[in-house]
Amino acid sequence: MAAINRDDVAHLARLAHIEMSAEELDRMAGELAVIVDSVKSVSEAAGDDVPATSHPIPLTNVFREDVVGHTFTAEQSLSGAPDAYEGRFKVPAILDED
Amino acid sequence: MTELNSTDSSSALIRLSAARLAQKLAAGEVTSVEVTQAFLDRIAAVDGGHRGVHAFLHVNTEEALAVAAEVDAIRAAGGAAAEELHELAGVPIAVKDLIVTIGQPTTAGSKILEGWHSPYDATVVKRLRDAKMPILGKTNLDEFAMGSSTEHSAYGPTRNPWDLDRIPGGSGGGSAAAVAAFEAPLALGTDTGGSIRQPGAVTGTVGVKPTYGSVSRYGAIAMASSLDQIGPVSRTVLDSALLHQVIGGHDPFDSTSLPDPLEDLVAAARLGNVNGMKIGIIKELHGEGYQAGVENRFNESLELLKQAGAEIVEVSCPNFKYALGAYYLIMPSEASSNLAKFDGVRYGLRVLPEEGPLTIERVMGSTRAAGFGDEVKRRIILGTYALSAGYYDAYYGSAQKVRTLIQRDFEAAFAQADVLISPTAPTTAFKLGEKLNDPLAMYLNDVATIPANMAGVPGLSLPGGLADEDGLPVGIQLLAPARQDARLYRVGAVLESLLEAQWGGPLLDRAPELTDTSLEAPSLTDAASIEAVPSHGGSH
Repeated sequence: MAAINRDDVAHLARLAHIEMSAEELDRMAGELAVIVDSVKSVSEAAGDDVPATSHPIPLTNVFREDVVGHTFTAEQSLSGAPDAYEGRFKVPAILDED
Repeated sequence: MTELNSTDSSSALIRLSAARLAQKLAAGEVTSVEVTQAFLDRIAAVDGGHRGVHAFLHVNTEEALAVAAEVDAIRAAGGAAAEELHELAGVPIAVKDLIVTIGQPTTAGSKILEGWHSPYDATVVKRLRDAKMPILGKTNLDEFAMGSSTEHSAYGPTRNPWDLDRIPGGSGGGSAAAVAAFEAPLALGTDTGGSIRQPGAVTGTVGVKPTYGSVSRYGAIAMASSLDQIGPVSRTVLDSALLHQVIGGHDPFDSTSLPDPLEDLVAAARLGNVNGMKIGIIKELHGEGYQAGVENRFNESLELLKQAGAEIVEVSCPNFKYALGAYYLIMPSEASSNLAKFDGVRYGLRVLPEEGPLTIERVMGSTRAAGFGDEVKRRIILGTYALSAGYYDAYYGSAQKVRTLIQRDFEAAFAQADVLISPTAPTTAFKLGEKLNDPLAMYLNDVATIPANMAGVPGLSLPGGLADEDGLPVGIQLLAPARQDARLYRVGAVLESLLEAQWGGPLLDRAPELTDTSLEAPSLTDAASIEAVPSHGGSH
């Protein structure tokens, strides 16, 4: 498996919406390279015949009765919002100006 | 156990087990207000200040005393309502600050949720309220439960009551330290890779990770949904069983909640018999890499169980060597997805970029940069990497296959033994700051606890004594097959009573007295005072 470098970290930070300073990218790239190297052996552990496990104790088709249950009021839903306007979440511009 | 008469001093009350407190409350020998006030006084005395334990991020004085007074009034009035009170009614409890509560802030140990109040209660909190257990407050943790020392809390670390310069374990160091310092008789924790059991081990307390899905996760802020599990923290095995019984059982609000009825865990803890049981030592989870004092206490526990009539067998789980690596792919992958919701729009912090256009993307980037700490950022980046196109099969896919191999190892081991046993953590509590700048060294603390989360099986850690070389607590871990949590309590209670007979009392009787820091401490009644506690070892 490929090692992780500073450019990878910069790209991943953008994807994850975390702004990082140059100093942070340097440090994070070094730390992550060590971690990624330490988990390499995982890819060699299991053969193609081993199925994947996503949940330890699988349950299938968990449904509930199709009736209205507990719902939050708009006021409750907005109670922790950094900004709200007329019963809605208020967000900064979705599109860039240019 | 020390017997008390009507002249109970609060310093004696706080040392009683939850089971004993419940008995005394039911017998009218003490009121819940007296008990609750005794713990609040203890918190005020030892939790704050520069050398305080700092187990609590928020103390819930008013509500706790109101619930206590309500229980006392019901008991005083007698009749059907008094008869119907839950066994633990009036026994106070602390709640890890990853679990949401109405009426108290929930921070998850993160700046991104500073000052946030949940509009709903977690199912486990609702069950505490139904049982009328006063909630003393919210306990400190590594940010979003990511860590093994509480040093990754944005609000400063918790100190280990056995040695204030050492870590209390993590992520649930606050819950474990609160119980170890007699600031609470019980606490709730969450365990994704050992966050209940490892703090239990290093603080000389009991902690249980129940079978995955057997305690509702509704209202626990998710780190890794397929691994997370809420569970009890206490000073005795019986107390954990009592609390487990309160919080366990099916919950329609959690789609991974098991439909199975809860076993009688309290009866299992009271059974006290291991005669003829097969207990398996996991070859891969002791020996090399484990501190000598940890090994010694572990071997002593095996000897005691053998004398009590258990048969000790050795089992091998060869794929456990891949567990840590697979965990550090699956956990960050799930965490990176779960933490995407902290976007500066729906709740919590919003930080505007210092310059440039105010687009939502840029606001998200600056909010998450300011709101998340280093460890959270590391795990989000690592998870995003493991899930990226081109790497998914090699990383996340392989890790999921390892999960199958670990489950198979457990299946084979449980065909040979009723319960498995290992040290809970490879070492005793290390110094604050010692591993803070070495993420990989920090991750190794969970090497013995992670396999249980990967396979969904239950695990219990109980005190096994003090290590010879440093005089600090050692934890013994018991593991049982999924849905067989009762076995943990059965074996745990036996081992606990054998060990305590040897020690001449509970291990925590040997912990050093904590000095009253309240005279130099700020009041801990509001979250703002947390700022007064300095962050240690924070060299980054």
